[in-house]
Amino acid sequence: MLEINDLHAGIGDREILRGITLRVNAGEVHAVMGPNGSGKSTLAQVLAGNPSYEVTRGTVTYNGQNLLEQDPEVRAQNGIFLAFQYPVEIPGVSNAYFLRSAYNEIRKANGQEEVDPLEFLDLVQERLKLVDMDESMLSRSVNQGFSGGEKKRNEIFQLAVLQPRLAILDETDSGLDIDALRIVAQGVNKLRSPDNATIVVTHYQRLLNYIIPDFVHVLANGRIVKSGGKELAFELEEKGYDWIQSSSDVVAGAIS
Amino acid sequence: MIETVAAGPSENAKTGSASAKQALPLTTRAPGSIDVYRDDFDKLPSAPDWLQTLRNQGMARFEALGFPSTKNEDWHFTSVAPIAERSFALASVGDAEETNERRGASRRKRDATNAAGITPAHLERFKFGEHDWHTLVFVNGVLSEDLSSFAGLGAGVRVWSLARAIKSDAEVVQRNLGNIAKFEQHTFTALNTAFISDGAFIELQPDTVVERPIHLLFVSDGDGVSHPRNLVVAGRHSHAVLIESYVSVRDSEYFTNAVTEIAVGDGAHIDHYRLQRESESAFHVGTVQAREARDSQLHSFSFATGGSLARTNIYTSLDGDAATCTLNGLYLTDGTQHIDNQTSIEHIAPNCPSHELYKGILDGRSHGVFNGKVYVHPEAQKTDGKQSNNNLLLSPSARVDTKPQLEIFADDVKCTHGATVGRLDEVAMFYLNSRGIGRETARTLLTYAFAADVLETIELEPLKKELEKMVLARFSA
Repeated sequence: MLEINDLHAGIGDREILRGITLRVNAGEVHAVMGPNGSGKSTLAQVLAGNPSYEVTRGTVTYNGQNLLEQDPEVRAQNGIFLAFQYPVEIPGVSNAYFLRSAYNEIRKANGQEEVDPLEFLDLVQERLKLVDMDESMLSRSVNQGFSGGEKKRNEIFQLAVLQPRLAILDETDSGLDIDALRIVAQGVNKLRSPDNATIVVTHYQRLLNYIIPDFVHVLANGRIVKSGGKELAFELEEKGYDWIQSSSDVVAGAIS
Repeated sequence: MIETVAAGPSENAKTGSASAKQALPLTTRAPGSIDVYRDDFDKLPSAPDWLQTLRNQGMARFEALGFPSTKNEDWHFTSVAPIAERSFALASVGDAEETNERRGASRRKRDATNAAGITPAHLERFKFGEHDWHTLVFVNGVLSEDLSSFAGLGAGVRVWSLARAIKSDAEVVQRNLGNIAKFEQHTFTALNTAFISDGAFIELQPDTVVERPIHLLFVSDGDGVSHPRNLVVAGRHSHAVLIESYVSVRDSEYFTNAVTEIAVGDGAHIDHYRLQRESESAFHVGTVQAREARDSQLHSFSFATGGSLARTNIYTSLDGDAATCTLNGLYLTDGTQHIDNQTSIEHIAPNCPSHELYKGILDGRSHGVFNGKVYVHPEAQKTDGKQSNNNLLLSPSARVDTKPQLEIFADDVKCTHGATVGRLDEVAMFYLNSRGIGRETARTLLTYAFAADVLETIELEPLKKELEKMVLARFSA
């Protein structure tokens, strides 16, 4: 589904990703872990097409297409979804209007008919239950006045409505208490299917107790320094990131 | 507490009051143009003595002041040279009936006041789909009985053409006309005063509530100048919703110079919506001047989107204890338009809250101006004033000058003001894009969202819907 090859990217002159290679197949859940500044969020943003980042080398192929050539809206229309680490507040636009616009834009791009507001309401009501949110949130402005937990749940709610093929969760767990974390994880788990893939970007192992990954990758200094199964996450939790960083220094030293 | 925020590329934005003690002349003399006004003034049909005196004072003051130059602090960001350099013949003379009698008679070349060319169908799109509102239609400043419908207003409400009110010599008209809208320092109000002849006269008896909105629809059709003059006298505890629209049925280069005076009596409540939707080639200067008695409320909303050069002044004076005002506004500019908004709130009495929110959306190479004065007199203790002006620049060549001004002479007040100038939020843009919404749609959505909170203050639902549609349509690709 997704093939990342030797991806280099950064902001301005600052290189953040220094050669990421990763392959994600349908039905898989990949966890990307790493210390602050390792490039986890940059990877998520680059995959979603944030124009603030510049890709300087490497390729990303998504379902056989060159992803890097596509505008962010096209990526979304093709099934990529990024749950933001810091969801954006948009005063003046209701959640209902925002999400229906997104839903219809994606349908239009895929040759499907748009839905009217009433049909859409039916559709979203059950998805709201999935993330334990009240219908009244639909008439509120996008994320405005939402608590940290509400914002994250709103991201998963959007994920549930838009039903992407590749979901990228960027530190969706940070700042969540355990109840909210459970709700978010349940939401994600309900949406797992053999046709979809998920990349979970996280700093902590905690979320992975609820969303069980097939693969864990550890990022440091813009590179994947270690990959393994879910047990790698426990090892990290136990030994801390210093363990990885020092070993990555060794690797870097050996190469130079 | 006084806080000021000025941000963005508006380098000319100043806060506080700039000193204007320059020796340079404050006005530009454009004798040619002023002579044209004098000519037309001399040809005005005679008026009752009391009005003739007022008109003479207006003309004398206009000639003394001339057109303001940008050295004049009130016109610092707006050059009226395009108006001063043109010679606009009067689009109509005399009161409506007299003009109507002379209809068809050969007159010197000017735009006829006849409404024959304008049909109700032309006006449909300016009526918000509301046919039960009381609507007075003025063509080039003169009431058109044919196009208007304002029957069944009920007891306690008098809605007349100003021409009729002048003829009646009613004491309430004589007492108020020219007494609220001061023209000592206001050239355009002086000019309007010189030409007072028609407009709307609305009188609400005490305790009268007008159920349906009263819409004053001013239609221009031609290339002359009109000076509509409206007088609203709201008695104790009365309430009415007024809409003043300025529109045109075709794109022509005319000049509207309108003045509305509103006396808001004790405990009275007036909702006033002013919609400036002139032709894009037109010139517009409009002033609303209100005087508020104790416990009264004025809710003003000023929407400005038309004209090549346009200026709207909304002035109110809180004369009585606990009078309140809300002055909100939205201006949308594009192309090479220049739209200037000036407000003034004079806190004269104590315990008065005033709220002000103006928003501007500017595209193309257009230029917007906001200048809001809040003046707190020494007696006006416990004043609670809030003012803000936010601007959204959609193009790199658009420009806005914003100048919130606070002058406080009382010591126990709470006043805040602030201004911002910004561009579309790229973070929000990416957020929308990442959900499958393309740039153009996202731009429209964010632009609309910017205006949403000020539009939300409009209580008249059909009007709110129409303005929302206009915002969406204006800036969609």
